[in-house]
Amino acid sequence: MAGKGGVGKTTVSAALASAAARRGRSSLIVEVEGKSGLASMFGSEPFSYERVTLAEGDVAAGRGPVWARTLTPDEALLDYLHGHGMSRISRRLVQSGALDMVATAVPGIRDILVLGKVRALEEEQSADLVVLDAPAAGHAITFLQSARGLLDAVRVGPINAQARDVIELLTDPARCQVILVTLPEETPVNELVETAYSLEDRVGVSLGPVVVNGLYPELSGLAATPAAAATSAGTSLRRGEAASLSAAAGFRQDRMALQREQLTRLADALPLPQLRLPYLFDAELGPPQLDQLATDLLRGIEAMDASVLGAPTQAGHAVRADEAS
Amino acid sequence: MTDAAAASELDALVTTSEIVICTGSGGVGKTTTAAVLALEAARQGRRAVVVTIDPARRLADALGLGLEGIGNSPRRIEGTWPGELWAVMLDSKTTFDDLVSRYSSDAEQAGRILANRFYKNISGALSGTQEYMAMEKLYELHADPAFDIVVVDTPPTRHALDFLDAPRRLTQFLDHRLYRVLMAPTRGMMRAVNVAAQAFMRTVSKVVGADVFDDAIAFFSAFEGMEAGFKERAEKVLRLMDDPLTAFVLVAAPNRDTVAEAHFFAEKLGEAGIPVRALIVNRMHPRFTDQLPEALRERSLTLAGSDLGGLYRNLADFALVAAREEQHLEGLAEQVAPAPVVRVPFLSSDVHDLDGLAEIASHLFAVGHAAR
Repeated sequence: MAGKGGVGKTTVSAALASAAARRGRSSLIVEVEGKSGLASMFGSEPFSYERVTLAEGDVAAGRGPVWARTLTPDEALLDYLHGHGMSRISRRLVQSGALDMVATAVPGIRDILVLGKVRALEEEQSADLVVLDAPAAGHAITFLQSARGLLDAVRVGPINAQARDVIELLTDPARCQVILVTLPEETPVNELVETAYSLEDRVGVSLGPVVVNGLYPELSGLAATPAAAATSAGTSLRRGEAASLSAAAGFRQDRMALQREQLTRLADALPLPQLRLPYLFDAELGPPQLDQLATDLLRGIEAMDASVLGAPTQAGHAVRADEAS
Repeated sequence: MTDAAAASELDALVTTSEIVICTGSGGVGKTTTAAVLALEAARQGRRAVVVTIDPARRLADALGLGLEGIGNSPRRIEGTWPGELWAVMLDSKTTFDDLVSRYSSDAEQAGRILANRFYKNISGALSGTQEYMAMEKLYELHADPAFDIVVVDTPPTRHALDFLDAPRRLTQFLDHRLYRVLMAPTRGMMRAVNVAAQAFMRTVSKVVGADVFDDAIAFFSAFEGMEAGFKERAEKVLRLMDDPLTAFVLVAAPNRDTVAEAHFFAEKLGEAGIPVRALIVNRMHPRFTDQLPEALRERSLTLAGSDLGGLYRNLADFALVAAREEQHLEGLAEQVAPAPVVRVPFLSSDVHDLDGLAEIASHLFAVGHAAR
């Protein structure tokens, strides 16, 4: 899951995991920046390198569990050294600040350690679905590109092998897809389009549908004049209320028009299916809101599946069909 | 504090400060805010320069930093203001290269460093390099008598205030005892290298390959003698952060996650003994009514199905959002007090020209601005 800061990447990661859970799949959300609000969305305690359960599975109800964990380069390095018969030196390597030094000498090594760990999680089948909440925007490209860069810098040895494995994972559309998240606003859409092309060209990663987050839900009656609407509803307005009602309605209509414009612009610039998620006026994100977003995602995915099955060669969806074949 | 009082404090900030640093998490509008503050300083008759890190393309165009203008040295933006407005787009690598050239004893030393593969890696990717170079640029511009005020936009960091820590980290890096160990063989002190260090070097070579080491050793040989200059410079840059004429402005958006991050930023600044001089909150939803969201929602339910029901529902939605946003900001405002809190509403479109910047300025500053 990748996107510019502030577009709701973490929320969408959580919603996707919840959606998978509803389809009976287990999912593991992997967080790499150590500051996400994931835990509170599920109403659970903050988590660490150890896996925690954000939502229990329920076999009878066909619901899979949602787990989460944080990955840090230091911990991933320790894991890696343990797995490669270098346990003895590993602790000291991290404590002495040596990782910093190695990371400096070989840029991208932190990223490859984390991605290598993600790959290991996938290989171990630690969950049916691993959702990686990637670093924000520009970082996402460097992050995912780290493996290619390392192949040049480190031409032999285990890091080289690790980088190859990671590239194999990233470029296999059956195992890995990048989902880009954006808001229906100009700058985030521009950045998403740029990121999408960079990722395809430079990383060779397969792109899943894009998620457009924060769309104001449709509401009827916004075009009506408050006074007239009151008359036809057989009631009257308080003093000053007509002005508030029409200002608020105008604001929403304007913003919705801008949002539609951005959706069209995005569709024109990027031939990928869009999954759309509503702006939630209700409250801060908690389990019920997450549930709603998961429902919306599943609905979008079903519609997408239907159109892909119905017209497999249609432009837009053909991008995926080509790569999968 | 009233909005007007807050706005006039912000006025004072751009008329008196020599350095303004805009800090906050990604996606909150830091770059735009920095541009607006610099523009306002120019309107107040000052010679202002804004350093942007990664401007969205249309803002770059608005600032005269279009394709041909993007550069590491200041470019003047023409306008009708009494002062001057200049803009720089930070290029970390070039800034680092300049620094190397400045502290090299001769062109030959500089050339050896600049061509080294290890140097190329660190100048592009050493964590904190971009942050440090932003500060370096700031120092350089501040020292330039051509400018009265430097406004800088900080890079989007993974961790709060990486950039405050960056000079120290860079000098620590240049000073790292492991590098001393690395350097030892070339200094003919092989025997002094202890067993543990040798074991360490063998392990690292095994993991990343030996040529990485060769590059590193060549770099540090070339760098010999330059550490002192770098360190001294870093200390001066850090001292500038404590200067009373340097103002930190915290930029935020009114949602839970970014407010949480803003708290964290404010706390870190506090620990560093640096006061937040102003809190600017972008993307506030407008407040259309004083009525309670619950009451409005109820009314919409009793009128469900009618146009009026929809209108009430919509008003209830925005009343709810406005109340929640204010609630988020409450604690933050207390934390940064007595710093003024200035709110900027959601704009109807992205900022891509000087008019757009001026519209934001009309929300930020008290005097001489009619909202467009």
